[in-house]
Amino acid sequence: MGASFIPVFLLAVPSLSPTNIFAPASTPAQSIFDLSLFVLEVTAAVFVVVFTLLAYAVVKFRKRKTADAREPAQVYGSSQLELAWTVVPVLIVVVLFLAAARVIASIQNAPKPDNAIEVTVIGHQFWWEFRYPSLKVVTANELHIPVSDPAHPTPTFLTLLSADTDHSFWVPRLAGKTDLIPNHPNSTWVDPHETGLFLGQCAQYCGTQHALMLLRVYVQPRDDFDRWVREQSLPAQITGPISEGEKIFERTACINCHAVAGTAANGRFGPDLTHLMSRDTIASGAASNTHANLRRWIQNPNTIKPGSKMPAMGLSDPELDAVTRYLETLR
Amino acid sequence: MSTQSISVPGTDATRSPLVEQLHQWVTTVDHKRLGLLYIFYALVFLVIGGVEATIMRIQLIRPLNNFVSPQVFNRMFTMHGTTMIFFVAMPLVFGFANYLLPLMIGARDMAFPRLNAFSFWMTAFGGLLLYFSFIGGDGLYGAGNAPDVGWFAYAPLTSQTFSRGHSTDFWTLSLLVSGIGSMGTATNIIATIVCLRCKGMALGKMPLFAWLNLTMGGLVILVVSPLTAAQVMLLVDRYLGGHFFDTQAGGSAVLWMHFFWIFGHPEVYVLVIPAFSFVSEIVPVFSRKAIFGYPIMVAATVGIGFISMSVWAHHMFTVGMTSSGNTFFVLSTMAIAVPTGIKIFNWLATMWGGQIHFRVPMLFCIAFLFQFLIAGLTGVMLAAAPFDWQLTASYFVVAHFHYVIVGAILFALFAAFYYWFPKMSGRMYNEKLGQLHFWLFLIGFHLTFDFMHIPGILGMPRRIYTYEPGRGWDIWNLIVTIGVVFQAAGVLAFVGNLLWCAFRGAIAGGDPWDAWTLEWSTSSPPPAYNFPRIPEVRSRRPLWDLKHPEDPDWHYE
Repeated sequence: MGASFIPVFLLAVPSLSPTNIFAPASTPAQSIFDLSLFVLEVTAAVFVVVFTLLAYAVVKFRKRKTADAREPAQVYGSSQLELAWTVVPVLIVVVLFLAAARVIASIQNAPKPDNAIEVTVIGHQFWWEFRYPSLKVVTANELHIPVSDPAHPTPTFLTLLSADTDHSFWVPRLAGKTDLIPNHPNSTWVDPHETGLFLGQCAQYCGTQHALMLLRVYVQPRDDFDRWVREQSLPAQITGPISEGEKIFERTACINCHAVAGTAANGRFGPDLTHLMSRDTIASGAASNTHANLRRWIQNPNTIKPGSKMPAMGLSDPELDAVTRYLETLR
Repeated sequence: MSTQSISVPGTDATRSPLVEQLHQWVTTVDHKRLGLLYIFYALVFLVIGGVEATIMRIQLIRPLNNFVSPQVFNRMFTMHGTTMIFFVAMPLVFGFANYLLPLMIGARDMAFPRLNAFSFWMTAFGGLLLYFSFIGGDGLYGAGNAPDVGWFAYAPLTSQTFSRGHSTDFWTLSLLVSGIGSMGTATNIIATIVCLRCKGMALGKMPLFAWLNLTMGGLVILVVSPLTAAQVMLLVDRYLGGHFFDTQAGGSAVLWMHFFWIFGHPEVYVLVIPAFSFVSEIVPVFSRKAIFGYPIMVAATVGIGFISMSVWAHHMFTVGMTSSGNTFFVLSTMAIAVPTGIKIFNWLATMWGGQIHFRVPMLFCIAFLFQFLIAGLTGVMLAAAPFDWQLTASYFVVAHFHYVIVGAILFALFAAFYYWFPKMSGRMYNEKLGQLHFWLFLIGFHLTFDFMHIPGILGMPRRIYTYEPGRGWDIWNLIVTIGVVFQAAGVLAFVGNLLWCAFRGAIAGGDPWDAWTLEWSTSSPPPAYNFPRIPEVRSRRPLWDLKHPEDPDWHYE
């Protein structure tokens, strides 16, 4: 107990958590993990030495019942000893510093290859906007990127912006966090080595619903990713006459904030809904994208995410059903 | 050493009426009474801050809990952090410095007694202002009461756009007001140490306590000023149309971070250096040996003071500094491990070859050494910037700084309470109850803060009011909350012991610990004028010289 970093060695098990920093799946996370193992080894060695000295002193030099009343010998210092425990820590610090400096440079100064995917991430209270400028895709909360074969890397470079307050982009298995700060563009990159869903969330306090500003990254095989891009770059596929739900959607304040490509709705304040039904979750990952959740969300967002910026529009039950049905056509 | 018995005003059989006593406390300029006021005031806020922490821990005991709303949770962590730093930790270290410094350097009071009273009341009103936000923070807009921007209040969340009403104003003004008090007290501490030492006490003959508090005073003046400036700038932004931190008008959110952390990081040393000063007095007495390597301890302290001014941006490794900027702050931050390492080894060497008496103050000091060691090592992990990119803003960093603030600073403060309260009250504490306090708090501390590292490693960010099941965080959060029960029981035993100490304890006498510094040469509690005759010293341990005339320290120093 107490040696809180010793159990850390036992934590490098991916199954413990989908957001375990010790289960890296991308180069930046991997080089951080390698550095952290080295730092842990050094600090553990220091701990063992100093703790042993402390425990030995406490046991060995405890006052014994048989001790006479005389004071122990008074020692005022020792230049040799003090020099030793100045020089040795200096050497340890130099080694750790060099190790850290190398990893900083390798991650921050990595060149961007020509075939890199570029995504602009915009943090909002309390959701994520993803724009792929060269692919003409706009989506929210669920980031899709291709897997990167280490032999032929196709990394994804992210430009990080904020529309309001500070946020932080953190997907622990892919990379360390980088903040999204208004008026201060940042960048980061990932190159996931395996496919699958990687979870994360906002890591810089950004207001009431900071806790449910969740983040999902779908790492896909290249073909699947290309198909996803083709589907997402199309406008909304609406057939037949304009539905009642669409009329309500466009008549109320919904379109002040939301966009549906190919219709009158072109708001930018909330998530783009053109392909809403292609997403697994709504409310920035706070609820799965089911009919019941969607209806509840439109009726009163506070029941799912209290403090969310989306207002309840006070729709009647038939209106709610119509809008929900309309949104469910946005595939 | 014979303890001269002197009648203490106010302890006569005929006590003055309650109103008059209260009036005396409110108008006092006596450093001992002001010290006790600081301490009492801080203890009240310690309980309030503890209740806020408990509310957060109940909310996080299981996933998707509904004990409090997100709004309330956000207010709780803002108030908990602000309270514990500004209205518990700082008043406690100021209280002990106020009470003990004149006694330790053989002076009759602080250099500026009325500035001293002014500073205390500024700090006190700062705290009241912060808590008045629960009543007055609503303002005109119905926009929530207590501040909810986090204790480091990052821009632009504090701008009018995102923080309506007056909660942020209460936060800003309370830190502005109490900051003036802090700077007043720091000025006073420096002036007292520089000007009022008794005859023979050259700078190199001061107790380490005085050296460390001198460093703390210097740091407070240097680092509370930028915090105060930042608060004024924020007020200008909010009410006079300024754009320092207004990102929508070209202002800079990062500027606030620099202003805050040039205060915020040295602030840790403002708190931990007094903790070092307690340990540096208590460990020698209970090991029955002189402090090991006094000159290098002084050098390490002053070194920490200087280096701590150059490390602030390690709180900002994720805000997008250049790789060379990040690299510089890795080096400066790791450099601080060298002087702190020296201190740990010197305390160990002081115990080495001694006769360690396991009285309650020493128990807390040994736990301090152990926990400060771990806190330092997790600090080294966080100093390695890439590792920090993963760990910062997660529960790992929360565990790390609580290891410093609770595991090191609060444990040292408890040691100081048990060591000096007999001097302050004239009565001994209850040893059994003190041991109970120690063990309960130790168990609670380790349950809470050891296991808090783990959810951080598993990706749990700080400041979230709820989390989903399936992240592997549940069991750790449960254990962390269980630890709170033990800590609360420990604090209860502590408060009981203080009351015991004040009213029921055995008479302590002037020098219950057979100690060596000047405060133990006068009666307990000391008279208003401290010393009937201003002492004269020849070494760092004047009472050792008196008790061992055959082998005085000044032969060796």
